[in-house]
Amino acid sequence: MAKILAVDDSASMRQMVCFTLKGAGHDVIEASDGVEALKLAQGQSVDLVLSDVNMPNMDGITLCKNLRQLATYKFTPILMLTTESTGDKKMEGKSAGATGWIVKPFNPDQLLTTIKKVLG
Amino acid sequence: MNTVEDLDMDETIDADQLTTEQYLTFFMEGEEYGVDILAVQEIRGWESATPVPNSSSYIKGVINLRGTIVPIMDLRGRFDLSKPEYGPETVVIVLKIEFDKGSRIMGVIVDAISDVYDVPINDIKQTGIGENKNARFIKGLVTVNKSMVILLKLEQFVIFD
Amino acid sequence: MSIDLSQFHQVFYEESYEGLDAMEQGLLEMDIEAPDDEVINTIFRAAHSIKGGSGTFGFNQVAEFTHVVETLLDEVRSGHRAMNQSIMDLLLISVDCMRSLLEELQAGDDPDLSQAKDLKSQFESILNSDSEPAESASDGGDNSGGDAVEDNNDTGGKGYHVHFVPEVTLLQTGNEPTRMFRQLAEICDNQMEVVCSFDRMPSLTGMNPEHCYLSWDIKITKAIDRHEIDEIFEWVIDDAEVIITELSGDADSAVNSIEAKSIDSSTPQVETVVEPVEQKEIASIVEQKETAKDPVKVKTKSSPPESSSIRVSIDKVDSLINMVGELVITQSMLGQLGQNFDISRVQRLQEGLAQLEHNTRELQESVMKIRMMPISFVFSRFPRLVRDVSRTLNKKIDLVLSGENTELDKTVMEKIGDPMVHLIRNSIDHGIEMPDVRASAGKSETGTVELNAFHQSGNIVIEIKDDGAGLNKERIHQKAIENGLIDESTILSDEKIFDLIFQPGFSTADAVSDLSGRGVGMDVVKRNIASLNGSIEVSSETGMGSRFVIRLPLTLAILDGQLVRVGEEIFIFPLVSIVESIQMDDTAINKVGGHSDVLQLRDEYVPVVKLNELFSVNIEETAVDEKIIVVVETEGEKMGVVVDELLGQQQVVIKSLEENFKKVEGISGATILGDGTVALIVDVSGLPKMSGTSVKQIESAHKAA
Repeated sequence: MAKILAVDDSASMRQMVCFTLKGAGHDVIEASDGVEALKLAQGQSVDLVLSDVNMPNMDGITLCKNLRQLATYKFTPILMLTTESTGDKKMEGKSAGATGWIVKPFNPDQLLTTIKKVLG
Repeated sequence: MNTVEDLDMDETIDADQLTTEQYLTFFMEGEEYGVDILAVQEIRGWESATPVPNSSSYIKGVINLRGTIVPIMDLRGRFDLSKPEYGPETVVIVLKIEFDKGSRIMGVIVDAISDVYDVPINDIKQTGIGENKNARFIKGLVTVNKSMVILLKLEQFVIFD
Repeated sequence: MSIDLSQFHQVFYEESYEGLDAMEQGLLEMDIEAPDDEVINTIFRAAHSIKGGSGTFGFNQVAEFTHVVETLLDEVRSGHRAMNQSIMDLLLISVDCMRSLLEELQAGDDPDLSQAKDLKSQFESILNSDSEPAESASDGGDNSGGDAVEDNNDTGGKGYHVHFVPEVTLLQTGNEPTRMFRQLAEICDNQMEVVCSFDRMPSLTGMNPEHCYLSWDIKITKAIDRHEIDEIFEWVIDDAEVIITELSGDADSAVNSIEAKSIDSSTPQVETVVEPVEQKEIASIVEQKETAKDPVKVKTKSSPPESSSIRVSIDKVDSLINMVGELVITQSMLGQLGQNFDISRVQRLQEGLAQLEHNTRELQESVMKIRMMPISFVFSRFPRLVRDVSRTLNKKIDLVLSGENTELDKTVMEKIGDPMVHLIRNSIDHGIEMPDVRASAGKSETGTVELNAFHQSGNIVIEIKDDGAGLNKERIHQKAIENGLIDESTILSDEKIFDLIFQPGFSTADAVSDLSGRGVGMDVVKRNIASLNGSIEVSSETGMGSRFVIRLPLTLAILDGQLVRVGEEIFIFPLVSIVESIQMDDTAINKVGGHSDVLQLRDEYVPVVKLNELFSVNIEETAVDEKIIVVVETEGEKMGVVVDELLGQQQVVIKSLEENFKKVEGISGATILGDGTVALIVDVSGLPKMSGTSVKQIESAHKAA
């Protein structure tokens, strides 16, 4: 089905996200921070990027900005996994070019429902 | 195995089974000794062991038991019996012995293996051991087929230090 | 799709403990006056991940508590709040609190929330104090994020009208109107009409192909939850004009009431605030019910599988995979060779076997390395300990760490932490003096505790050194007499006196202090170390400080060994302890005081022992000059060991002799040779003691006499 780049510095979250997505038949590429994600992204195109906001080395917002600079990622849906339910982080994400967000904590079902909005 | 005992066991009911223990017996200087069969890991022929410096004379050394270092004890030596010549019948009973600090594996050199008996717990006698200096190694005495078997208290053997 | 989240718990616990360690370390490193941004970010991220993970995996108690910690850290991070000592203390206690909550959860127990509650209210009072009024109180750990705020359960009686005018740059956020319409169609079962408007379309020359110039009016003619429509447009609300109106009886008049019903993220929330609170109460009741339902299950798994897993760096795994690959190649090569073997191929067979040996050894080494971890895992808990203890005692102490990357076996590491804690507490409590005492003794007010680790002779050596007052010989001696350990007439060397502190039931502190005197004495420390096959020694100088040296064997490690023959026995010397081996020459050996042999080695005199005598091995008398002296070095002292023959050198796997037998003086372990027999490994550091020829011992014997 879709090829998804999942970025999170927390191994348990990454495992959960990957397991869920793979279970739904998607192809998943994992990265543990923005730098790693950007490197992976440069070699290929994906259908969706799911990224945590707070990460070492390069945070999700910066990753998003950088991805939008790449021709292949100009229109690629980028969803931020965020715990900030207050508006300003969402705005920051949006202005960096994020498509939308998923508020943590979420469960596997919520994750799948949400990504359906931007796939296909 | 003692076939008569086997037949008996088949006919006995559960309650009786709970009150018997199985012992592997062996001979040493004409006497028959028994060890709890649940502790017996294997029986192997005597091969030389690597001596351990400055250890008691009854410790013949250590051997490699599938990657684990296991001490070998000469039971005659432990009991201050006469020194035997190790012959083709000499065997090592490898025992896994539970004691208060865990469990240890050790090999015990004996003259020859004898038999396996079912011993009703109630038949084990504590009397008659007396002021023997080896009394701490003895769990009790039992009569099987009209002869006496000395049952050993294994946990005493693994206290080396 | 249902996924069992518990499969991720173990990883969550592990990374959370790591995160807590990172928080703790960051806090301890932090300069309160001028906190480093990166440090604060690291601390924040750790708290943030724990909160996110605990919420996701259903540990709401942890999530709720971590939320206030995170909120405070966020304020510090964004510069809205200055760091100060009391915040720092509160954060450190919170780290402990979170750790114990997680440990209790991991053990399957109900966590004790009293401390968390108490701390949480402290956080809340700080948060509510000066900076912006915290919206956090009601926002704490909400599960549904924005949804709860815009809780709007209206169900349009007849349907809705949606006026959707995206900004032209909408596509560049990855949002795609057609996907949104498809979703709308899904929720209303296609009962909708879409009218597209080209009003904004520029002339062809002014057109940017990446822009979206269209706008839409959508009429949904099914009574659905308004919420579902909101959700679809949730991400584009700021990049588009979205007006959703409920269709009244007269569908066409709906457009008039557009403005009144416009949805906006800042819609007043007053009327809906009550609802999320209620939901939360219900949630917590449900939770209680659930825990009450099966208490048995909770209790049965009460010990966490602590050392059941090990985190291995990917490099180590990669190198393993490579080696197994090579092994497979060698194996297939040998297999082919064996298929039609004749004598002409012997050389190739030998080469193949040599290759196999090489592969096997490398593989073995790599496998062993998996269990080896840097000692920094243990060291990292000490900065906190030193800080806490020194604050309690009002002492000033610097902790200096070195050798943190020295690797040791994971099982050894897990067991050495507690003895080290005790020794460090002891150094701070009894060793380092109060600042004024230090000042009047001409020392810096700030005392120093040094921790150092390094490898030596196949051991790991850990040093704990302080520049405090040193051990008080007279008092130890006196105390030992009082306790009946020695009698008054006994005269002992310094070394022996210091050794007394490791005797059971020995404590020199006049008053049992809160810190060290917890009924755990140095004897327990010594016993714990001995149980790891290790040793501990102490040296001390009055006024200058004390030094504890712990020596631990790398039990599971491989050792580079020198095989030697003594009589018919083979012993192994750790190669690292050997300085040189020389042919024995009778003229170089002198007898000192009639019995102890001394070797003149260039310009040094080295005591000499015969291994066959130390180990009571029968040997045939051979000519002296056929023998070999192996010169070893241990604790800075050289010693010559006489053996019959030097055999090969090889790597050996250290096996425990104690597991099934006991500790043997002069022997550090055993190994299995290529032919399956056992060879014993010589404990070089134990030889001087056995022979009584150590220079120090000779000296101290003189002193004592």
